[in-house]
Amino acid sequence: MLFPATIPSQAPRVVITGAGIITALGRGWKPNAEGFRAGRTAFRPVSLFDVSRQRAKLAAEVDLPVALPPTRLTAKQTARLDRAASLLLLSACEAWQQSGWEPTENLPLVLGTTAGGMSFGEAYFRQALQTPRRHRHQPTRAVHYQPQVQAQMVLDALGSTGPITIVSNACASGSNAIGHAWELIRYGQAERALAGGYDALCGMVFSGFDALQALSTTVCRPFDARRDGLALGEGAAVLALETLESARRRGAVILGELIGYGSAIDRHHLTQPHPQGETTLAVMKQACAIAGVTPGDIDYVNAHGTGTVLNDSSEAFAISQWAGPHAATLPVSSTKASIGHLLGAAGAVEAVICLMALREQWLPPELAFETPDPACHFPVVHQSQDARVKVALSNSFGFGGVNATVIFRRWA
Amino acid sequence: MSRIFVAGLGAVSPAGWKVAALREALEQAELLPAQSLERPGWEDPFRARLVPNPAVRPEFLAHPRLRRASPITHYVVAAALEAMAGLLAKPDPKRRLGLVVCLQCGCVNYSCRFFEETLKDPATASPLLFPETVYAAPTSHVAAFLGNVSLANSLVGDPATFLQGISLGVQWLEENRVDACLVIGAEEINWILADALWHLERPAILTAGAGAVTLCRDPESSMGVELAAITDAHSYSTRNTRTQAARAMREQLGAPALPVNAELLCDGVGNSPRADAPELAAWRDWTGPRLSPKRILGEGLMAAAAWQCVAACNAVAGGRFTAATVSLVGSNQQAIGARFVRADSSISHLSPGNSPGNIRP
Repeated sequence: MLFPATIPSQAPRVVITGAGIITALGRGWKPNAEGFRAGRTAFRPVSLFDVSRQRAKLAAEVDLPVALPPTRLTAKQTARLDRAASLLLLSACEAWQQSGWEPTENLPLVLGTTAGGMSFGEAYFRQALQTPRRHRHQPTRAVHYQPQVQAQMVLDALGSTGPITIVSNACASGSNAIGHAWELIRYGQAERALAGGYDALCGMVFSGFDALQALSTTVCRPFDARRDGLALGEGAAVLALETLESARRRGAVILGELIGYGSAIDRHHLTQPHPQGETTLAVMKQACAIAGVTPGDIDYVNAHGTGTVLNDSSEAFAISQWAGPHAATLPVSSTKASIGHLLGAAGAVEAVICLMALREQWLPPELAFETPDPACHFPVVHQSQDARVKVALSNSFGFGGVNATVIFRRWA
Repeated sequence: MSRIFVAGLGAVSPAGWKVAALREALEQAELLPAQSLERPGWEDPFRARLVPNPAVRPEFLAHPRLRRASPITHYVVAAALEAMAGLLAKPDPKRRLGLVVCLQCGCVNYSCRFFEETLKDPATASPLLFPETVYAAPTSHVAAFLGNVSLANSLVGDPATFLQGISLGVQWLEENRVDACLVIGAEEINWILADALWHLERPAILTAGAGAVTLCRDPESSMGVELAAITDAHSYSTRNTRTQAARAMREQLGAPALPVNAELLCDGVGNSPRADAPELAAWRDWTGPRLSPKRILGEGLMAAAAWQCVAACNAVAGGRFTAATVSLVGSNQQAIGARFVRADSSISHLSPGNSPGNIRP
């Protein structure tokens, strides 16, 4: 029963035993870890749709494999996966294999997305406008446009069933999805859960950010004083979360521990953050309080850091305030400099990057970063470097104002 | 386990801009008239049940965040204000409000307008429209309008997601992260959505609006209704059909614990035989009173799910029933059920991990 529920007297510890990731840097942990560690960038001219009338011309497109990995989906089902669902499936399969889980009947799947199957929506709209009496493919598009249907395909592919939750808090969605799954486990509603985020590049969303003049026409340089906007990317990441007890019982390889989550809504403006990052500050404090850590315990911050003027100054202000005297030695970077802003996937992908940093003991640099914004009282990682990382924090913020922070601890 | 009470209800529907209008329409049990909705490329328009203009221009429209907002935000804010009226009458600056907004299709009007502009010429597409296309826009606007929202989520899914939203609100209350939680289900209408529904469920008549339920832990703030149970989310899959999921939901709710006329079933049956079949089969043995709001109001997607809960709670609050069961058999995700009871009734909760025999008298 969802209500009344049996709530554990003490919330269990939650660890990550599987992580799948796909970005423009590559498919899977290894190529991404190598790319982020080196600070590689993955931007190239957009080929998926026409951008000749847009200000920005670049994005971080993923090279999808010719064929998807074999799953329990039929050929017909697989053929109905659009670009976004393919990204999701690839990352889910990686997390699933790594976790060593077996198909199960009650596996919660919590996903964040902003656009879901937008490619289906765009195709539906075009056909309905241009050839309104042609109905071929329209029913399929109307169904598979919906993110819960794409999520269900993932569970079908993995031979599992379970409750699906789709969180759509814009660009905070991925972090919120992971946080929500964490809470489900701590609340006693599940022992395990899959959680993550996904979004594919599409014409409408690219056009939207371009219309807002939020896209960089030069280089995406989060926290640089000369930054002029964000760059878009696409991808997905999925985490296998389970109680520590469950992981130990199975003898599973533990990639890290999720120890804190904070979320709140910034009511300042639909698209602009509070200039002093009040809500960002609050959610970082909230996540730290739950995790039982202080800013001095944090070894790396993976910032939301979009590269827009307003986001980065607000976040820099909040991080500097939150860290206080520790700011001067707190390494911060935004991996959006490498793979762009992945919108609903961003928080999940950046969570996996934090796990990489914790597992492999390095910090992901922003190589294009040169001149810090005056609000940055912290060092922005701009050179590839090894580091001692025991606790990492990741921020995500979205249109509409939802801010989310997740904190991970190294498992050694 | 905490006791969770309903502190207020709100509704905007084709019947009008208040819960009272919804209740009257359902009591009269006459199909609301349908209007024409232009369908590009076709001579025959769609039939849809549009939300009537409010009798008086709502004052909230003067709020800077709401002037350019799309109809779905107006519905959400109106339903929220009505559901919050009781709490707003007792202002408490320390009150922490949670907000969960559930949507299936969301901001379709501005999405279509913006994409149409993009198709014509992306260089001139309006930057004002794009932010209003995101699922989270109505949540953001209503949070800004209410002011004391500390925690908010936008959930997307099929209509049964509304009870997931209620469950999330309960979780926040039980964890003492909020003092009250407003859960809203909403949709707006446009031709492309009507077109999609025409492709999927031809007999259905599309409608729009919002329904809101305010939850709290404080019995003093209750409107006399208490949440007794929410079943698990019975998801559909290749191995678990809608029919099986609906049946599992029904079995988890168990048999009525009350005399036959004391409990209302508020179901999601509409006018689409194919879509309705699993739910009808699941409740075939129900002999008590039954209310099917979609038959009168139309297919309001997430808003319709919210109206079911609002109608159920309203029936209990009005003293007509001691309990009301809500059955949500969603279109493509899950089946979830819930039971609301009169707060002073002796009906207890279903126990966690319930089996059908677990209802206590």
